[in-house]
Amino acid sequence: MLAGAFFTYIEGVIMKYSGAEITIKLLEKEGIDIITGIPGGTNLPLYSALAKSKIRHILARHEQGAGFMSHGMARSTGETAVCFACSGPGATNLLTAIADAKMDSVPIIAITGQVPSSLIGTDAFQEVDIYGITIPITKHNFLIRSAEELLRIIPEAFRIASEGRPGPVLIDIPKDVQLEMIEIESFDRSFEEDDLPIYIDEVEIKKAARMINRSRKPVLYAGGGIILSGAEDMLLNFSHKSSIPVASTLMGLGCFPSSDDMFIGMLGMHGQRYTNYIMREADLILAFGVRFDDRATGKVKEFCPNAKIIHIDIDGAEMNKIKKADIAIQGDIKQAIKQLLPLIEHNDRKEWTETIMDMREKHPISKTTKHDEQLPKAIIKKIGGFAGEDTIITTDVGQHQMWVAQCYPFSKPRTLLTSGGLGTMGFGFPAAIGASLANPGKKVICFSGDGSFLMNIQELSTLYELKLDIKIIIFNNRHLGLVRQQQEYFYGKEYIASQFYCKTDFAKIGEGFGIESYDLEMAENPFLTLEKTIKKEGPVLINIPLAPEENVTPMVAPGCANYEMIGGEINE
Amino acid sequence: MNNIANTIIELIVNNHPGVMSHITGLFTRQAFNLEGILCGKIEDGSKSRMYLLVNDDDRLEQIIKQIEKLYDVLEITVQKDYDHTIFNRLHEIIMSDR
Ligand SMILES: Cc1ncc(C[n+]2csc(CCOP(=O)(O)OP(=O)(O)O)c2C)c(N)n1
Repeated sequence: MLAGAFFTYIEGVIMKYSGAEITIKLLEKEGIDIITGIPGGTNLPLYSALAKSKIRHILARHEQGAGFMSHGMARSTGETAVCFACSGPGATNLLTAIADAKMDSVPIIAITGQVPSSLIGTDAFQEVDIYGITIPITKHNFLIRSAEELLRIIPEAFRIASEGRPGPVLIDIPKDVQLEMIEIESFDRSFEEDDLPIYIDEVEIKKAARMINRSRKPVLYAGGGIILSGAEDMLLNFSHKSSIPVASTLMGLGCFPSSDDMFIGMLGMHGQRYTNYIMREADLILAFGVRFDDRATGKVKEFCPNAKIIHIDIDGAEMNKIKKADIAIQGDIKQAIKQLLPLIEHNDRKEWTETIMDMREKHPISKTTKHDEQLPKAIIKKIGGFAGEDTIITTDVGQHQMWVAQCYPFSKPRTLLTSGGLGTMGFGFPAAIGASLANPGKKVICFSGDGSFLMNIQELSTLYELKLDIKIIIFNNRHLGLVRQQQEYFYGKEYIASQFYCKTDFAKIGEGFGIESYDLEMAENPFLTLEKTIKKEGPVLINIPLAPEENVTPMVAPGCANYEMIGGEINE
Repeated sequence: MNNIANTIIELIVNNHPGVMSHITGLFTRQAFNLEGILCGKIEDGSKSRMYLLVNDDDRLEQIIKQIEKLYDVLEITVQKDYDHTIFNRLHEIIMSDR
C-alpha cells in the first residue's frame, strides 16, 4: 500500500482492511481528531493503524489520566471523546474514569485491546474480563467477536454514548479481531439522523404550567441536564418571565449566570445558608435536569417539605426514584421549557422576590469575620474577576472544589468541569489537559488540592510536551482537607490519616517536569504574582500554602436536613 | 408452588453471551433476589424470551425502568398475576433431586 494513501479507496473497488484499520477509519468518520491513551501488546495493531491516520494521539502517563483527558474533551464540548488502553492493567486503570462518566453522564468511548479470542478464559497474560467488570459502570459495552461486527458496533457506540442521557461505552477488541482482514466495499453507513427533539405531551405541559402560574413561591432546582440539552438560554427566559429564582446543583453551575439577580447559588451540602433556606420556603420546586442527588437534597424527607414538585428529565428512570413528583415529565429539558414558556404568565412575584432579597441580606455568603474573607475564597474570586467568562475551570475533589463551586463567578455552560457524582480526586488536572486540547485559544485553570494533585501528578510530563495554556493552582494545606474537616466536625477531632507529614515542594516538582512553577509562600505580592502568571500563555503551576484549619462552610452533616447547617454565619 | 413470588417480568432480548449478566447485574446491585429464571431462544436464535420470577417490592419499579434502558432488551412486560404453570413444572424438576 502506498504511504499516505492508506485510507483512500476507490468507490466500487473492493479493498481489504484489518479490524484495527476499520476501527480507526470509523473513528475518523465519527469526527474524532484526538485520542488519548497508552499502548500495550494487545492494542498495538490499533496503534499501528493510528500511526497512518490523521487522528492525533496524546500519550498519557497513566490510563486514568487518558480517561480523564477524554472527560475534559467531552465535558467541555459535549462531543463524544475516545480513549485507548491495552488489556489487563491498562483496561483496569481506566475504570475510575469510566465510572465517573456514568455518574456524570459524560459521553466517552473507551476502546480496550483484549487477548486473542482463542485465549479468552484461559487466564492468559494480561487477560481481564473488562466486559464483565464494566457492565455496571457503562451505559453499554461490547466485546467484539469479528472484524465485520466493528462496522455496525463502532457507529452504534457513538449513538449510544451521546443519545438521550449521555454516558460511557466500552468496546473490547481482541487482538486477533484487530488483525483480521476483511473485504470492504464502502465505509459509508446509512445515516439515520433522528435527532429531532421529541414533542412532549401537551396535557402534561399544560398541567405543569397551571401549577407554576398558581404557585406563589416557586424555585428552580436546575442541574446538569440543562447544560447537556443546551437549555441555558431557555432557562434564563423562563426564570425572568415568571421571576423564578434559580438554585443550581454542582453539575448545573454555569447553566445560569451567577451575576443574575435571579440566581440564588448552589444548593445542598455546601450550599449557602440563604439558598437552603429559600428552598425550604418554596411552595413549588421545578426540578429541571436533576436527579435528586443526596448531596443536593440532604435528608430527602425534609427536602423542600412545603413544596409540590415538577420533575422534568430525559431519563425516565430518574422519575420518582428518590422523591415522588407531583408532575413527572420524561423528555428533553430544552424542548420542555420551550413548550412551557408561552403558557407561563408574566409575573414579578414582588412578595417572593422581597423575601429572597431579605434572606440574602440576613444569611449572606459566609465570611470568617465580619470583614475578612477566607483566603482561598478571596483568591478564587480574584481569579474569577480577571479570568474572563470563557475560561474553563476544572477542579479536583475536596474543600477547594467546594470553594470554587461556592464563589467562582460562572456564567456560561461547560466552563466548570468537576467530578460531581463520583467525586474522584485526581480528576481535575488530566481533565484540564483534555479541555485545553479541545478548546484551543481558551485558557484552562485547574484548582486542585495537594492531596488530589498527587493522584495524577504524572501528567505534568504530558503537559510539558503539549505546552498547553493551563494554570494549575494547588491549594496546599498539607492535609486531605475535607477529611480533616469531617474528623473535626463529626469524629470528635480525632485526626487520623488526614495529614501529610512531609512538606512537598510542588514548585520544585513542577520545575523537575520542565513546567514554569511558583510558590506563593515566597512571593512578595502574592495576588500580583497570581494575576501576572495566570495571564501568561502556557503551562504554569502555582502552589498556594493554606492553613489546614480553613474549613468549607456552611456544611450539612451527611444524613441531615439541608436547613441544619454548620457554620457559614456572618458573625462567626 | 410454594413461594411468595408473584410477579413475572417477561423479556425479549438479543441472544448473545453477556445479556444475562447485564440483566442479573441490575438485581445484584439492589440485592434483589430472583426467584426463578426461564430463558430460551426464539425465532432464528438471534433473540431469546426470558421470564424472571420476582417478589413484588417497592424497588421493582426502579429495576424495571433500569431493565427497559438496557440496550439488549427489546420488549418488556410485567405480569402481576402470572400464570403459575410456567414455573410449576420447572419447580418440580428442581425439587426432584435427580
Ligand atoms: C480517589 C479518591 N479517594 C478518596 C477520596 C475521599 N476524599 C474526599 S476529599 C478528600 C481529601 C482531598 O484532599 P485535597 O485534594 O488535598 O483537597 P482539600 O480538601 O484539602 O482541598 C478525600 C481523601 C476521594 N474523593 N477520591
